[in-house]
Amino acid sequence: MKNFNDGNNDENYEEFTGVAEPTSRTVVVPGEVVASGDDFLAGEGARKEGSNVVASRYGLAEKVGRVVKIIPFSGAFIPRRNNVVIGRVNDIVHSGWIVDIDYAQNGFLPLMESPRFVNKHEMDQFLAIGDVVAAKVWNVSPKGIDLAMKGKGLGKLEGGFVFRVNPSRVPRIIGREGSMINLIKEKTGCNVTIGQNGWVWIKGNDIDSELRTRRAIEFIAEKVLVSGLTEKMEEWFSKNK
Amino acid sequence: MAFKRPDGRKLEEIRPMMAKIGVVPNADGSAIFSFGKTVAIAAVYGPRLLHPQHMQDPKSAVLRVNYDLLSFSVSDRKKPGPSRRSQEISKVTEWALSPALDLKEFPNTVIDVQIYILQANASTRVAGINAASMALAQAGIPMKDLVCAVSVGKMDKDLVLDVNDEEEHFEDGEGATDMATARLANSDKWTLLQLDGKIQPDLYPKALSLADKAFAKIYEVQKKALKSVMEEEK
Repeated sequence: MKNFNDGNNDENYEEFTGVAEPTSRTVVVPGEVVASGDDFLAGEGARKEGSNVVASRYGLAEKVGRVVKIIPFSGAFIPRRNNVVIGRVNDIVHSGWIVDIDYAQNGFLPLMESPRFVNKHEMDQFLAIGDVVAAKVWNVSPKGIDLAMKGKGLGKLEGGFVFRVNPSRVPRIIGREGSMINLIKEKTGCNVTIGQNGWVWIKGNDIDSELRTRRAIEFIAEKVLVSGLTEKMEEWFSKNK
Repeated sequence: MAFKRPDGRKLEEIRPMMAKIGVVPNADGSAIFSFGKTVAIAAVYGPRLLHPQHMQDPKSAVLRVNYDLLSFSVSDRKKPGPSRRSQEISKVTEWALSPALDLKEFPNTVIDVQIYILQANASTRVAGINAASMALAQAGIPMKDLVCAVSVGKMDKDLVLDVNDEEEHFEDGEGATDMATARLANSDKWTLLQLDGKIQPDLYPKALSLADKAFAKIYEVQKKALKSVMEEEK
């Protein structure tokens, strides 16, 4: 087993979180004391109990400076602001579209977010029920999840196909600063969009390359905690022409 | 003379435990936990939208537990489907688990926990609680702590840990008493105390301290199962 305390596996760490310079990391279960002393602050997934920082979730605990946070490695998707998600239009209402984003609540995409003028009476000309969109989480509140669609790579996804992977595997599939996803795009020539909710959209020139891309992504999703995955993927691509 | 356990265990000995997580691929979290021949499997789904809408809680998620024996888990086939007994156990399991959970983050949703007993040899509800607490952790639900559960019995005049089926039907002397207990692993918050039978008031604290000893062992097994997933994926 890899020792997550030794601090030498920065590569593995960064691909997991996208944040640099960890001081230590360990697997923790809820209720476990991660750090003690008033020097530490509780970040996401952790809480303070007296002078101890206690884990609230099952995952990888890491200390970045004084802050201790927990990165969960499993579970359902929980939307956060600025997450890119892929969803399917569920309904059209007077001021926008209701989008299923694989969470307990649907996302709401306002009419204003469409890149061109849309006639209020012909909204399905732009997005019809069943259409798939890539959008960004603009706001999460108890009343609902607001989506935005202005930005690079966002918008209606036409052609290709969508499949799902475990949402906790998404950071691995994207890789450090997009290294893994860029490798896949380069090797297969397909267009790939990954939502933080685990939906993956692939579009290529032919079905064979699309299916190869899907197999590559599913391969990574299986091997989530292997280090040096980028090299392993190079090898995979040479074996699976 | 002290009570002799039919399977040769010491009075304070738990049956060998086994625990594993991630056993149900389509669930958000799942676990299997066994005390000897008692095997429980738990799967967690959610948080997801709760229907019918009138059951929703706008302040937090709702925990919904369903416990059942599978028809082949006992020697006389169990008629499938809910029963008076399974409904009661579902409810007490819900109460045993909910103090450990922090559900404020997910208003109007439900977290479903399905517990099925694959093989029953007494102490099924506590095996189910142990499995469910691991499954909830794997599902990434915010929790205060893991929940550990064990049954404490009284055979004639002696206290025993982890009652099995044969002991449950012990009839000599004062007969058999068994009590399902559960507690948050790192605190003294008890979440389940369900006494079936009779016990003297002076034995009651002794029974609880016996359970305390068992919780330490069960917690280690649960923790090991959750942490070893990292090794397996290498």
